Amino acid sequence: MHDDRVSSRDRGGKGVDDQQNPHRLERYQPIWRGVQPTTDGLGRESLILMSDRLCETVHKPQEWRTMNVIVCVKQIPDPANPGALDASSNTLKREGKLILDESDSYGVEMALQLVDAAGGGEVSLVSMAPNSETAGLRTALAMGAAKAVLVSDPALQGSDALTTAKILAAAIQRLGGADLIIAATESSDGYTGTVPEQIAEVLGLPSVTFAKKVSIEGGVLKADRQTEEGYDEVTCPLPALISVTAGVVEPRYPSFKGIMAAKSKPVDEVTAADLGVTPVGWAGAGQQISNVAQAEARAAGEVIEDDGETFGKIVTFLEGLKVI
Amino acid sequence: MGISNIWVFAQVANGAPTSGSLELVTKARTLGGSVSVWVAGDGAVVAGALGEYGASKVFAVDYGQNLAGVSVASAMKATIDGGESPDLIMFPQSYEGRDVMARLSVKLGRTVLTNSVDIEAVGDSVAATTPIFGGNTLVTTTFTGGAPYLAAFRPKSFNPEASGGAAATVQAVSVPDLGATGTAKIIAVHVEETTGPKLDEANVVVSGGRGLGESTNYAMIETLAKLLKGAPGASRAIVDAGWVPYSYQVGQTGKVVKPSVYIACGISGATQHMVGMKGSKNIIAINKDKEAPIFGIADLGIVGDVHKVLPKLIEALQGR
Repeated sequence: MHDDRVSSRDRGGKGVDDQQNPHRLERYQPIWRGVQPTTDGLGRESLILMSDRLCETVHKPQEWRTMNVIVCVKQIPDPANPGALDASSNTLKREGKLILDESDSYGVEMALQLVDAAGGGEVSLVSMAPNSETAGLRTALAMGAAKAVLVSDPALQGSDALTTAKILAAAIQRLGGADLIIAATESSDGYTGTVPEQIAEVLGLPSVTFAKKVSIEGGVLKADRQTEEGYDEVTCPLPALISVTAGVVEPRYPSFKGIMAAKSKPVDEVTAADLGVTPVGWAGAGQQISNVAQAEARAAGEVIEDDGETFGKIVTFLEGLKVI
Repeated sequence: MGISNIWVFAQVANGAPTSGSLELVTKARTLGGSVSVWVAGDGAVVAGALGEYGASKVFAVDYGQNLAGVSVASAMKATIDGGESPDLIMFPQSYEGRDVMARLSVKLGRTVLTNSVDIEAVGDSVAATTPIFGGNTLVTTTFTGGAPYLAAFRPKSFNPEASGGAAATVQAVSVPDLGATGTAKIIAVHVEETTGPKLDEANVVVSGGRGLGESTNYAMIETLAKLLKGAPGASRAIVDAGWVPYSYQVGQTGKVVKPSVYIACGISGATQHMVGMKGSKNIIAINKDKEAPIFGIADLGIVGDVHKVLPKLIEALQGR
């Protein structure tokens, strides 16, 4: 990508000062502004959206021929293995092999289906992982994603959710943004659950979290959003960010062909400095671990093998508690 | 100085603050200083109830069809810019709570601590405690940097306790221009009708997992739950498989339950499930695999086939 294309704006050389900017009001009108069309290797046109630092977003015209989606994915220690804390830093140990977080397989699948339904476009991935890990990315690439940006940097160790969101937002901007950003509602190892919404705020995008059931028509997203009492039907113009619940779609298994193709799909590896995000790691976290302790373990009670009559034991147990 | 001004983001259901919200107001009150509560919509309706639990002020935000996250976060930011200075802002670990906190953290440039089960003032800062690894390890994290500190709490971390106080004063807060971030709109609200007690309030919960084999067998769970006047629940595995809706899910990414009795049928006890139910007073587990982790926390564990045990149990209860 050429830097001058990425940064060009339809401002005729004027500065960003809001008070003096005669184009100020145009921000909220659905006109085409400051966006460059481009063609990819197959001659298909796609439209690269640029977001100003925090607040400005460009509205797109209603007619869409392609749909570009970026999925934020996390590569995590295999949940089948018990988790452990690194004694010196009290952070989760991430030295072994990292795999694609199962929560993210739903996001990748949803992205592939939406691009398919739009009739063209591509799915790109962004991920932040230590040790230049790409195993999880290759899984998502094997499912059908086209390329990835991996942010890997020892300086990121100890980063909090907000820093992670800034990093992923910067990686998204490095790819030129997209019509839709997809993430899981929370990761399976950290489960902070705020990063997707934080990314949306950094990028100045509207968002729908806990989306189960998503469709896109004429540049507008429609989603069912999980609530305490049931669900809300929400509409949202693109570009937008959504976080999806597990089970929102059935993720495909990568085919052998997909696995082979994934080996040569581009993974652009960058550091925090490359993205211009600072401070990061512990210095930027705004928090520090002050104590780690073992919780009181819950003791197990009686465990008996069923001989056909153990249902009676359950009845007696419930009677004792006056439940029945 | 210390912690003297606390905000609580509360949720209202059926014209009253939710039990989860009152838990947070109670805790905020014990940290000392003044407690102000943020609610959506009409503040007057809940000012009395919130006052009884120690709140002195209610900030009421009306955001119509917009989503809570951007709306409340923007209103909070504008209020802080306008001169209010909370030391700590407490959120429930709910759909809305997480979104408001996330947006606000970016607007303020502040870190967040989620999944907390306790919090205490430490000088001018606060330290929050989070259980990890299925609750076996407790990590205490202190905020560095300046106020306001943003923390979200798991349900049932505290006991709600009224202290008796006058009704809180109500201040209406308008939502600033949200620009593009405010373009998502709610066009319809669907409330899932449930008969019987709500899952996270039921005295008895009967849960089913993959060990049930197929979705038709879940009917046994529903029947047993009804017989015991309880609520049916589910592990993530069968929710992902589509046997039951997400609202049935118990666990890290589902509901946290603390019933008198939790009966786990065909559930192995994956960490993320146990996190949602290990606070139950009494746990009964039925599973074919004697190595299943659920037996490590069950008060009564039956190593057996649910397809054999459950029908007999149901028959015995129906006969009473």
